[in-house]
Amino acid sequence: MEKKSEYDILTDKVAIPYEIAAGPTWTRFFEGFRQEKIYGTRCRKCKRVLVPARSFCPRCFVDTDEWIEISQEGSIVSWALTEYEYYGMPTKPPFIGALIRLDGTDSNFLHLIGGFDLSDPEFVRKTVKNGMKVRAVWNKEKKGHIMDIKYFEPVK
Amino acid sequence: MATRVGIVDIAMTPGAESKDNFLDQVYKVTKEVLDKAGIKRADVGTVISAASDVFHGGMSCANSYYWDAGGAFLKNGSRQDGESLFAFIYAVMRILSGSFDTALVLGVCKGSENPENDMLTHFFTDPFYQRQVGLNETVAAALQMREYMDKYGITGEQCAKVVVKNLGNALRNPYAHIKKRVDVDDVLNSETVLYPLKQMECAPKSEGIVAILLAKEDVAKRLTNKPVWFKGYGSSMDAFYLGDRDLLDGQLKQAAKRAYDMAGVSNPKKEIDVAEVCEPYAFQELLWYEDLGFCAPGEGGKLIDSAATNMDGNIPVNPSGGVLATNPYVSRGLYRLAEAFLQVQGKAGERQIDKKVNTALAHGTHGFAGQCHAVAIIGN
Repeated sequence: MEKKSEYDILTDKVAIPYEIAAGPTWTRFFEGFRQEKIYGTRCRKCKRVLVPARSFCPRCFVDTDEWIEISQEGSIVSWALTEYEYYGMPTKPPFIGALIRLDGTDSNFLHLIGGFDLSDPEFVRKTVKNGMKVRAVWNKEKKGHIMDIKYFEPVK
Repeated sequence: MATRVGIVDIAMTPGAESKDNFLDQVYKVTKEVLDKAGIKRADVGTVISAASDVFHGGMSCANSYYWDAGGAFLKNGSRQDGESLFAFIYAVMRILSGSFDTALVLGVCKGSENPENDMLTHFFTDPFYQRQVGLNETVAAALQMREYMDKYGITGEQCAKVVVKNLGNALRNPYAHIKKRVDVDDVLNSETVLYPLKQMECAPKSEGIVAILLAKEDVAKRLTNKPVWFKGYGSSMDAFYLGDRDLLDGQLKQAAKRAYDMAGVSNPKKEIDVAEVCEPYAFQELLWYEDLGFCAPGEGGKLIDSAATNMDGNIPVNPSGGVLATNPYVSRGLYRLAEAFLQVQGKAGERQIDKKVNTALAHGTHGFAGQCHAVAIIGN
């Protein structure tokens, strides 16, 4: 017990491990990442192409079993520069999180924007704009993980 | 409805950090509301609590922990996770079912004990995709804010005005956590948390333990000479993946419509006398104005410019200071309801708005960029 005030304060930290099943859909999606391919699924009812690929359409509530390879280019719908760090954060700041509408799809793909200096927020603000065209850049080493895509870089 | 459900009374803690023990705080607030109503623990029919224990309390199944302190020992009760206004409607329905004459609603969150909200909301995400790319509530809000500003030309100044208004109102609220007189420049010059979001435009993390006692019509009339009646409620939940959603066309419109329809409100701009909305990020209050029907889409900035939502405006919003002043994460929806209750009763002290309040709106939101919304209408 610590004496930080009139009353004692107990400091506690909980770290508990989990094993989380990816299941067939995420497994197949990330198998595609190993081959530098992004997959989505098309809903047969509303015809929307959803990315990442998933097993059902949340709107129509039907199976989505039509797998489609998705374009690796798209445009930025919105972006945010994160410059601070907190415990348990998998991505180290600074990084730009963005909603990206990949060409030919009907949902936004959440990933990072990069490929240029992120240390100066003013420069970032001048460089990144909504509507800007971007393209996926892959890591050489693949882990079957969402970060096999390093980031999306502006298309020159 | 077979009977009406009345709010008899409320009790709550201030939002600032307290070195008091959590169980003792729950006990004191529960005891206070029972004392105000003049009833004993034995007279409470059922207890519904709202909490998000694991991340906000560091304890799993914590309702078993605070159950005794909430007066619920040996009683029929339940706990609800997520937006706390849900606990209110569950309690209302338990009374409407005819099974209980009274119901106690508790919202419990001791935010001073938990780590930063971003660290916690990071775990609202799925483990395979959104968590790995660093999504949390503030990132989602910044993405939504940029879209909002881009689409409608909402300015940084208009967003900052929400902070100026709400923190100004909070100065008169003894329960408010952040008390600070600020102007637009103070807000715009505060640290950039996540561009375009400024530090003062993001809600703090606060304490908030609230108890609300409900009763069926005849019992409510016996327990208080000023019952505030339940009029309507609606909620709606958007898709999970942020990228599946249109962040500017969310579910609050749907939740509000359901509540207005139940309450018989056809022109919210005229019929809602005061609104307590949940705005963890300043710009969201402007967006919620639009979704609640207080102005047309894209006009949220103009509405705050017009001063209509000030304490003395046509439709005062957040006389309590809102969530920007006090953010007891899990119980913030019930805090809105407690404030709305005080406004209808005319007992909001120095922050009482200067007109007769017949109908008040309380709004709660949970999840990223308003994934989940709940709206409650109460009144005379």
